[in-house]
Amino acid sequence: MASMRDIKRRRSSIQSTQQITKAMKLVSTVKLQKAKNRAEETNPYFNHMYQTVCSILKRSGTINHPYLKESASQKKAVVVITSNRGLAGGYNSNVVKLVTESGFPKEDLEIYAIGNKGKDTLTRRGYSVVSDDSAVIDAPVYEDAAEICKRVLKAYQEEEIGEIYLAYTHFKNTVSHEPTLMKLLPVEIDEADMTEDSNILMNYEPNDEEALDMIIPKYITSLFYGALVEAVASENGARMQAMDSATSNAEEMISDLSLKYNRARQGSITQELTEIIAGASAIS
Amino acid sequence: MADNGRIFQVKIITPDRIFYTGEADMIEFTTSSGQIGVYKNHIPLTTVLSPGAVIIHEAEGEKVAAVHTGFAEILPEQVTLLAEIAEWPDEIDKSRAEAAKKRAEDRLQAKTENLDVARAELALKKALTRISVKGM
Repeated sequence: MASMRDIKRRRSSIQSTQQITKAMKLVSTVKLQKAKNRAEETNPYFNHMYQTVCSILKRSGTINHPYLKESASQKKAVVVITSNRGLAGGYNSNVVKLVTESGFPKEDLEIYAIGNKGKDTLTRRGYSVVSDDSAVIDAPVYEDAAEICKRVLKAYQEEEIGEIYLAYTHFKNTVSHEPTLMKLLPVEIDEADMTEDSNILMNYEPNDEEALDMIIPKYITSLFYGALVEAVASENGARMQAMDSATSNAEEMISDLSLKYNRARQGSITQELTEIIAGASAIS
Repeated sequence: MADNGRIFQVKIITPDRIFYTGEADMIEFTTSSGQIGVYKNHIPLTTVLSPGAVIIHEAEGEKVAAVHTGFAEILPEQVTLLAEIAEWPDEIDKSRAEAAKKRAEDRLQAKTENLDVARAELALKKALTRISVKGM
């Protein structure tokens, strides 16, 4: 059996770990609230954007536009949104897994990393990381999304890449986050969303192509931005859960160690008493 | 005419917030092909915005805002502006807009080798919009 001093030392070390995890949990709870509100505020813009793009694409049979048709290039760009810091449970590894298990050949992928964790892991596994915007994840603003979007679209227009994907964690609610791999370009929209739209014959100014030229980049940017704010919310949600379970695990270990400590203490007292009594009876 | 027959819904949405939502009987804004004013029962139209003032004619009076880049979706009963940036006059920092205007003008004047004319002009337009909206 471990000595009393060892048990005590171990217990106090776990106690200080527990204090840290508790504090981290509180911090991420506050951050989660903020991030959640932001994610909710982005929703109306995105929903409208999606509807508009849907209604344009309903008639896209007549429009011949590079954003809508398959490109010659085999290369695929994946924008991977992870966090800059760890201790968020499976949050980062789940996103990375999406990329590694996507079935795309490694040579064909070009990673646009947002978030250190994803960048580091994918670099280590031998993926080619062409850009790194890890700084934006701390406080994503719309301009950041626009900037990244511009760069990716440029590569697409120059036919360096043929498809654009987005890997991020979708924030469903506080306890459930879903790692998602989404195809951005060429644009694909669910058939179901197309049909439910009302049958208004929309006119476009200056004309279809130019409107599309302008709206699709905005649509992609809004997707990026939405993904960024959702990823931040998911990150904090995941961290909150991870820290919560770490705190309760620490609690369990502490009570276990306390029990052991008390037993050891009792044991040593009993032993001392036995020794004294034995000594006394030896004398008399 | 004071009846409700001319009132339609107006929404201005930016990525960060629902900027404005309300009812109006006319809205004016600037598109890439010029300024337009929209009444109720307009034909369905999606058009590209360029930087400019948006004037919402409500029952109680006019509301002015600066809107930069985005697009507008006009339906008979509803007009939705999806803008990347939208500002009320009291949110505009005039001295910053003046500085931006000067910078853009200098850039256009200097005509350096790798000048991005379109970008400089857009910046100038934005600055001018801000200044004029602030002055309204």
